[in-house]
Amino acid sequence: MPPMARVTLRAPLSELCGGRTHEIEGATVRDVLFELERAHPSIAGWVLDEQGRIREHVNIFVNGTAGEGRTPVGETDQLHVLPAITGG
Amino acid sequence: MTELLVGTKKGLFRLEGDPGNGGFEVTARAFAGQSVEYAMRDSRTGRYLASVTSWFYGPKIWVADDPTGEWEQTEGCVLPEGGEEALERIWVIAPGEADGVLYAGGAPGPLFESRDGGLTWALNTPLWEHPTRSDWSPGAGGLCLHTIAPWPGDPKKLLVAISAVGVWLSDDGGETWRHSNTGIVPEYLPEDARDTPIQHCVHDVRRSPSRPERLFMQFHGGVYRSDDAGETWLDVGEGLPSDFGFPVVVDPADPDSAYVIPLIGAEDRTTPGGTVQVWETRDAGASWTPRGDGLPEQDAYLTILREAFDSSGEGDGLELYFGATSGEVFGSADAGASWTQVADHLPPVYSVRTA
Repeated sequence: MPPMARVTLRAPLSELCGGRTHEIEGATVRDVLFELERAHPSIAGWVLDEQGRIREHVNIFVNGTAGEGRTPVGETDQLHVLPAITGG
Repeated sequence: MTELLVGTKKGLFRLEGDPGNGGFEVTARAFAGQSVEYAMRDSRTGRYLASVTSWFYGPKIWVADDPTGEWEQTEGCVLPEGGEEALERIWVIAPGEADGVLYAGGAPGPLFESRDGGLTWALNTPLWEHPTRSDWSPGAGGLCLHTIAPWPGDPKKLLVAISAVGVWLSDDGGETWRHSNTGIVPEYLPEDARDTPIQHCVHDVRRSPSRPERLFMQFHGGVYRSDDAGETWLDVGEGLPSDFGFPVVVDPADPDSAYVIPLIGAEDRTTPGGTVQVWETRDAGASWTPRGDGLPEQDAYLTILREAFDSSGEGDGLELYFGATSGEVFGSADAGASWTQVADHLPPVYSVRTA
């Protein structure tokens, strides 16, 4: 069985998904995000674009470290989906 | 009472007021902090549609029956999986001629169609997969499909325009497309390259409702007119202070009347000489007259973008409205004879549409 990560979202994603935290399966960050979209179609296209890429201005942290799509996700890992800090 | 939908860098603003008597006021704001490229109201259903691009979460089209209430996210404005490209933004939304049909155009060049009043959308594949697509080039604003001009009463006939590709015509409801840029001179290309069929930086096209084969175009360099439904184009920009500008508006009652807002371009893109003027033709482009009574006359270097000019009504009572990236919206209730400022201090204005 794939590992189950704990995904934490902020608004507006948390509002669209009906909650701030979600237990989601996936072996990599991309797998988890795909599964999150599948479970919550209202955020389809918000975090991943049509080609399955993490949007440029969305940051993913795995256990406090910046991750990318191929970053492995282990059992009980904490995954945060955050809007990037932009500006000066 | 006139209702204006103003898309800005920081959300959608609805303005309401009496254009002939007093000012307008902001009666609704939505999508605070997000770019609203375009917003319109479908007069057939009363439904509001807005294209919104989140810096973080990408572009979406939203709908609402009341702009002060909840907006609903629509589905289907996506590009095919398995490619390289993702939808960047939606530039324009336009009602089609068939019941429930709307079109949306965006970057990098897709046309979407909805058959249910805008709730769900599907990509127009024939245009997206056109054999020439590998030769399409973007303009400064991206590879944007920004103009959608249906033919009144005939849902089969459609004109769209893409920067910097040109005009496309369909006679079968979008099943097939052909480019149609004959007569347009892209002076930004080397002289021996100007007969290219598809490197035309069209900025805006409007069709005359009262004579649908008549169209006016603001090009990257020049104003053009077509009298044959867009098959060929004739330069009618002689007499304007600049051949550059973005939007064009036509008087629905008079196919010979059109309005443009020249900008010094293409490097500067501001109102010439610091004077804001709308230029009007009443003779199909044979001559142009400035209309600036009430508009800023000096030290006003405004930029008016492609979708930021619209009209309501017709003839002598034609109402005209345009917005600037500096946050002002101006209006005229007498076909441009006189103007007032109907809003100030808005965020940069991307689009203005009368509802």
